[in-house]
Amino acid sequence: MAKPMDQITWQELEIGAVVVEIGNSTQYETGSWRSERPVVDKEKCIKCMFCWLYCPEGCIHEAEEGHFEADLTYCKGCGICAAECPAKCITMISEEK
Amino acid sequence: MGKVRKGVEVSIAIADAVAQANVDVIAAYPITPQTHIVEHLSEIVADGELDAEFVPVDSEHSAMSVCCGSAAVGARTFTSTSSQGLALMSEIFFIAAAMRLPMVMALANRSLSSPLSIWNDHSDVMMVRDAGWICVFVENGQETYDNIFCGYRMSEDPNVMLPVAVNLDGFILTHMIEPVEYEDDALIRQYLPEFRMKNALHPDNPVSMGCFGMPEIYTETQMNREVGVKNSYPHIIKAWDEWGKLTGRHYRPIETYRADDAEYCIVTMGSYGETAMEVVDALRAEGEKVGVVKIRLWRPFPLDEFRKTVLGKKHLIVVDRAITFGGQGGPVATELRSALYKKDGAPTIVNYVAGLAGRDVSRKDFRNIILEGKKKAESGDTEGFTLYGLRG
Repeated sequence: MAKPMDQITWQELEIGAVVVEIGNSTQYETGSWRSERPVVDKEKCIKCMFCWLYCPEGCIHEAEEGHFEADLTYCKGCGICAAECPAKCITMISEEK
Repeated sequence: MGKVRKGVEVSIAIADAVAQANVDVIAAYPITPQTHIVEHLSEIVADGELDAEFVPVDSEHSAMSVCCGSAAVGARTFTSTSSQGLALMSEIFFIAAAMRLPMVMALANRSLSSPLSIWNDHSDVMMVRDAGWICVFVENGQETYDNIFCGYRMSEDPNVMLPVAVNLDGFILTHMIEPVEYEDDALIRQYLPEFRMKNALHPDNPVSMGCFGMPEIYTETQMNREVGVKNSYPHIIKAWDEWGKLTGRHYRPIETYRADDAEYCIVTMGSYGETAMEVVDALRAEGEKVGVVKIRLWRPFPLDEFRKTVLGKKHLIVVDRAITFGGQGGPVATELRSALYKKDGAPTIVNYVAGLAGRDVSRKDFRNIILEGKKKAESGDTEGFTLYGLRG
């Protein structure tokens, strides 16, 4: 695993700051940005995968029971899944609560 | 093409050089006075004489974007622009250098609007002075032709990996018909091997380019870039030295004419060097101990070589081709004053800005600038700059 970003020296960077390690964006846990989280009402979910399709972070996955939920390590709380859900089964809940 | 000496418009010689360099991608948008270069290249490609993609883009912004894409996959890339075109592509121009993408641009220097002007000065390149491109200035057709090849050699050197702008004065050079010695294709192939780029975009070796940089990493990327530009210097010299060995035509970051025993010098950049040399010959015949210092490499700035050349001279009369509005003189003079600050034996600098938007600066004008500049230097009138030939 590459070093955390705040430990890399200028000499260690590739020319042009090219990132040669594939898929290392997973090391950047964007869930800390979130002020609201999506909560799925499993009863209402029709398993259409719209939320999975629209999520700009690509952090929604199929849960064991067949409905879909966000990985809160990466979910930024943007609310696009809730806005796009045709069954209106996703509610954005404030992280303060 | 075999070795041949011919009378040719400099723009056409550039296009022929680009074809001889066997480029893979040309993306450009026509703009005066650069148009003949890419127009002729489009003919060369359409006639099947060069196996390259010619991308006739919708704007200069797109031209530089295409160039970045093609350089990123390791394709040898060429573009050319001027003035407003450079301004429009400036966003991507900076990115090309930051992402360390090798390419060569023939930059036909032209003034910036407003008022609208198609004629020559250096205000366009000075706008992007700090972008991190290697900036070379040429004086005539032969130097332009040669530096297309030298440009690729520098740019694609794995120790350099920077875009190169070959600056030539619009109209004064682009539209001039001059004798140019073309080199043999075999010599070009020997000098310019096939481009192999480390970390080029390829499905077998995925990499990410141009990523998002948080405050935690941005500073480090900029230092890496700064050191990259500075460290390109010996490789630029090497590219010129090897060209010199093959062709007998030698280039240096700072070049001089009758400067060794000169008490004072005129400093030029670009095609003005040729006129300055003629005037210096005439003044020498009258007993003036004057010489010419010509800046060929503007970025990375050849600090040590410049200091070595001028320390011990009494005065430098610096001719700029652009104004830094509200600043302390033209961009070249400002740079040179900074280079000499508190150095033992530093000459005093008198700064003229001349030839804006192609206003002719004749031999008589150079003579005036040199003699009047010397008087200013001797009387201590060295602040700011003088706009030469200004009415009122």
